[in-house]
Amino acid sequence: MSTFKEKLTDSTQKPKASRNSFGDHVAELGAKFPQIVVLDADLSKSTQTQHFAKRFPDRFFNMGIAEANMIGTASGLAMSGFVPFAASFAAFITGRYDQIRMSVAASRANVRLIGTHAGVGIGEDGHSQMGLEDLTLMRSLPNMTVFQPGDDWDTTQFIDWSMKHEGPIYMRLTRQNLPPLKRTETVLKAGLQPGVWTVLNPEDFDAADVALLLTGGTLEPGIAAADILATKGVKALLVNANWIKPLDETLVNRLNDGRLKLIATVEDHFSVGGLGGAVAEVLTQRGASKPLERIGVTSFGQSGTPEANYDHYGFTGAKIAERILRRLG
Amino acid sequence: MNSNPMSRFTWPQGNISSDGVRKALRQSILEQIAAATSGHPGGSLSLVEILSAIFDGNFEHGFPAGFVPKTEVTSTSSKMGLVRENLSDGRDRLVLSKGHGVPALYSALSFLGYFPASELVQLRRLGHFLQGHPDRNHYDLMEASTGSLGQGASVALGLALGERLKFETKKIGRLPRVYCLLGDGEMQEGQVWEMFMAAPKFQTGNLLCVIDYNKGQIDGPVKEIMDLEPLGDKLRAFNWTVHEVDGHDVSALKAAIAKSPITARAKPHMIIANTVKGKGISFMEHPTQWHGAAPKPEQLEAAVKELWGSTQPACGRLLEAKV
Repeated sequence: MSTFKEKLTDSTQKPKASRNSFGDHVAELGAKFPQIVVLDADLSKSTQTQHFAKRFPDRFFNMGIAEANMIGTASGLAMSGFVPFAASFAAFITGRYDQIRMSVAASRANVRLIGTHAGVGIGEDGHSQMGLEDLTLMRSLPNMTVFQPGDDWDTTQFIDWSMKHEGPIYMRLTRQNLPPLKRTETVLKAGLQPGVWTVLNPEDFDAADVALLLTGGTLEPGIAAADILATKGVKALLVNANWIKPLDETLVNRLNDGRLKLIATVEDHFSVGGLGGAVAEVLTQRGASKPLERIGVTSFGQSGTPEANYDHYGFTGAKIAERILRRLG
Repeated sequence: MNSNPMSRFTWPQGNISSDGVRKALRQSILEQIAAATSGHPGGSLSLVEILSAIFDGNFEHGFPAGFVPKTEVTSTSSKMGLVRENLSDGRDRLVLSKGHGVPALYSALSFLGYFPASELVQLRRLGHFLQGHPDRNHYDLMEASTGSLGQGASVALGLALGERLKFETKKIGRLPRVYCLLGDGEMQEGQVWEMFMAAPKFQTGNLLCVIDYNKGQIDGPVKEIMDLEPLGDKLRAFNWTVHEVDGHDVSALKAAIAKSPITARAKPHMIIANTVKGKGISFMEHPTQWHGAAPKPEQLEAAVKELWGSTQPACGRLLEAKV
């Protein structure tokens, strides 16, 4: 029997960091959409806006290490009719919260805020560079759409969708590579639907014991955890929880109504207020019939290799499986 | 006494920088704030000549063809009057970064025919488009939602870059100017200095900032809270063209604007307007006392009387006199 890893991820394609998917795709779209402008705060080689900068220098604005001004300038460009993508590390861009609150969200400015280097997965640079609270901050703001792509397809599809959307957006991207997910023809054809998550193994929906809601960098270890759980006789349902806002409330309610014993969220983000918090809000609104295990980061991060960090903070397949088994008792 | 005093208000004849209109602007600012029983008269009154000089110059409103600025001052069917769709792309923009001074902007826009003057006394009412600070979701001709200080500066830079890009790619036929009105207290925000560094890099010669240097902020004189001096030297060192003028002298302000040409690629322009907080009403001319205090009915009457020599001036009253 094939493993979840073999079944769900495409080993014929190279893993790609979502920051690279973003950088490549926005540079491609620049030719098609003259209204796209890109802003960066001296991190274009990390956020990968460098490709757009090379191709469209007149529409690229390097604002220097001044994120507050970058966000406000992006807002002004949006009010001038452009579609600005303003990029920096998630920690630095969402750290300018008042500027986002006022000049972007409350202003309903058509700005795409791009936060790269999400979570402890960035590794050696350590805590000051890790965006760990960005989802909590961004999803609390009215008007804001919040998305964390699971792989290259998610990223490019979302950017395409964003070009048809009017309103502020926050997209959270990883530094580390993400393995591409396999998708059925039907899913590929339908494309990304707003607020709709993908169940990776829908055939297991009625037989699963636990639902693992995975997002961004935790998809790969979450899938590995499902393989470990299977050896212990625990069936996992795997979900790519890429839309943080709007959340897939329909699916959360279906999971709550099903025969599962446990719902778990796994995110490389503080466990307060992110995906886990958002799911908890939906579950309690109607009355939770399932316990929720929120697996996330509970302290500021530190330096270490990305692998060491993922192990230390509980994001390996083994650690996730262990936590689920413990919770199931 | 007239039972419907609002109908008696009429803007004086003349252009916006004329003596009579400026008095009517000051009166309507105070009547707005008195009606709301809250607001910021000091920093609104100090803006009157700055707004007059801008709007009496070559400001391109982008009014629709055949638009006649209305003289009517009473609400009819459309309370809001003009909306964004009525104005042409390529118009000049005004960002009021010191958002608390918005009663002055509302009065000026009403005088210019954007909406009926009778709406002014709805300032700060729930659901009304005249919000306490500029809010582009309630009133889309507020170019930026401001009030959290420093932020309008960056939005103005973005507008200047965007409008220039549209001009240089021939999407619009004229290069619009973006005016940004800054408060002096606001200059203490780091974000404005980020913008002051960025605009000369991008050579946005179509950006003109005016600092309403009225020397007062909530907690005390600017000099004591966080001194800005030497302000002109700092801004020149940041590579702006800088003109320092008497901010209550309309012709000096207009001359400084004229010396700051709208250019696609040149240094951005700064006018330091030395003003008096609460200007025009002797008992309000104070660095702090009238920052955020609404005049009581008797104080409003005293102010109107000082402006015109009568509590029933020829332009009429927005609010019924309560003496």
